[in-house]
Amino acid sequence: MAYALQQLINGISLGMIYGLIAVGYTMVYGIIGMINFAHGDVFMIGAFIALITALLLSAGGMLDGPAAILLMLLISMAFTAFYGWTMERVAYRPLRGSFRLAPLITAIGLSIVLQNYVQVSQGARVKPMEALLPGGIEVMRDGGFVVQLSFTQMLIIGVTLAVLAVFTLLVTRTPLGRAMRACEQDRKMAALLGIDTDRTISLTFVIGAALAAVAGTMYLLRYGVIDFYIGFLAGVKAFTAAVLGGIGSLPGAVLGGLLIGLIETFWSAYFSVQYKDVAAFSILVLTLIFLPTGLLGRQEVEKV
Amino acid sequence: MKPPAARAHRDMILEVANLTMRFGGLTAVDRVSFTALRGEITALIGPNGAGKTTLFNCITGFYRPSEGAIRLHRPGALPVDLHRLAGYRIARSGVARTFQNIRLFPGMTALENLLVAQHNTLMAASGWAVGAVLGLSRYPAAERAAIEVARRWLLATHLLDRADDPAGALPYGAQRRLEIARAMCSSPGGPALLCLDEPAAGLNPRESEELARLLLEIRADGTSILLIEHDMGVVMKISDRVVVLDHGRRIADAAPAAVRSDPKVIAAYLGEEGEEE
Repeated sequence: MAYALQQLINGISLGMIYGLIAVGYTMVYGIIGMINFAHGDVFMIGAFIALITALLLSAGGMLDGPAAILLMLLISMAFTAFYGWTMERVAYRPLRGSFRLAPLITAIGLSIVLQNYVQVSQGARVKPMEALLPGGIEVMRDGGFVVQLSFTQMLIIGVTLAVLAVFTLLVTRTPLGRAMRACEQDRKMAALLGIDTDRTISLTFVIGAALAAVAGTMYLLRYGVIDFYIGFLAGVKAFTAAVLGGIGSLPGAVLGGLLIGLIETFWSAYFSVQYKDVAAFSILVLTLIFLPTGLLGRQEVEKV
Repeated sequence: MKPPAARAHRDMILEVANLTMRFGGLTAVDRVSFTALRGEITALIGPNGAGKTTLFNCITGFYRPSEGAIRLHRPGALPVDLHRLAGYRIARSGVARTFQNIRLFPGMTALENLLVAQHNTLMAASGWAVGAVLGLSRYPAAERAAIEVARRWLLATHLLDRADDPAGALPYGAQRRLEIARAMCSSPGGPALLCLDEPAAGLNPRESEELARLLLEIRADGTSILLIEHDMGVVMKISDRVVVLDHGRRIADAAPAAVRSDPKVIAAYLGEEGEEE
């Protein structure tokens, strides 16, 4: 029981990270109908920028307390958002209107470019970082087993919920969000109403990248070790989450992320750690076969 | 009636000059020229395949014409070359349109559809959405004003009680009216030119009657209208001028009564022996 509770806590905090990345996948898919396979690497970039910020702060002797974490988060979001914007501008916009497969291939190419760029510029070795928020609170004690909710996990859950709340507000309550939904439903019509669709798409990439940066920073704080390759696995899992939740659906992405996080954690806790990725990806296969629209996805209606 | 010379420049809103649109070997619009006057309803009629919708698509930036020019004239401003502008800039210069097959945002409510149309005004007021999230700046006031405009047009189109229903769930006639309302919201103070592609298609006689009344109201409000329509009852009743296209060419351009008795128009609609000439 206590063991299961601990796994639940671990699973939720991991799932939140997947959820944040999955939102980026699903948003881009919603607006231009393309899977941005480089999105996982944007998450990796976010983690690296947070790490670099932390090292700079540490060199100045200021790596301490919530202000430092907030600064890491904000700087990572700002720079990663810029990466997102550049990516769309350089790699995807020129291909808009070409055949469907073209941007997909570019996305895979871009993913390789980003990985190698970080490998060359930052080195291939894993980068460790000291724990910024050691300790936690004891939730429950069952015999010898202590269920612990670490401060980092609390931070992850808190920050993710706050970021998602702001994001939801942005999409449902603001003209930018309305423009994004309009572009999603009928891009040409949106343009006819005076919406600058190119700019709206750019902003979608920017917001998606900023969310991935939050995920990257949280990942860094939680695991303390990153390398240039973390984006691949995290990206594919977040993609699985987006598909499971129903690609194109924002609440679906978060729900899918949580489920993948929980499945992965419980699988490693009760069955085998080595096969945790197999468990997560089997979900992708099963979803695609039996529930292609996902849990919260809309049925695709083809219109002529 | 005004003499043709006086028609030429003074009151012009839209000028189409030698417009040609080719799709590969097919010439859908062939050197068509006409003008639409400010404050008038200009109807564009012709048999199926005459090139009416293609012409509309050129005016609203869906297609880039192969040749020729489309200019929007607004009082106190330089003429705008619509054929050179990107789609969203055409909308911003004051041209709005509706579609033969309705193109609302089906997943958004009727009210939201009208708010999307006011995107530019709202976006400017919201300080790039940052203000809207934080509840700061002039945004709340701007949004109230936008909702007010939207409510006015919902009222005018008898849709006020359906404001919060998804647009896709509205009955057909209501969707047609909502599309017109949305076009009317797309520029502050209403668009300069409203292009309607078969607004009466699929409407019953009572609904057509209401539509005609709505269009006259819109004209009285200061918006000029360019109208494609097959329902001759509506066309003859509300149009100030009728331009007739056939096989991509302009075959008549006159007042409704004159067009109705024009032998070339009758021939185009009823078919004629030796049409090839």
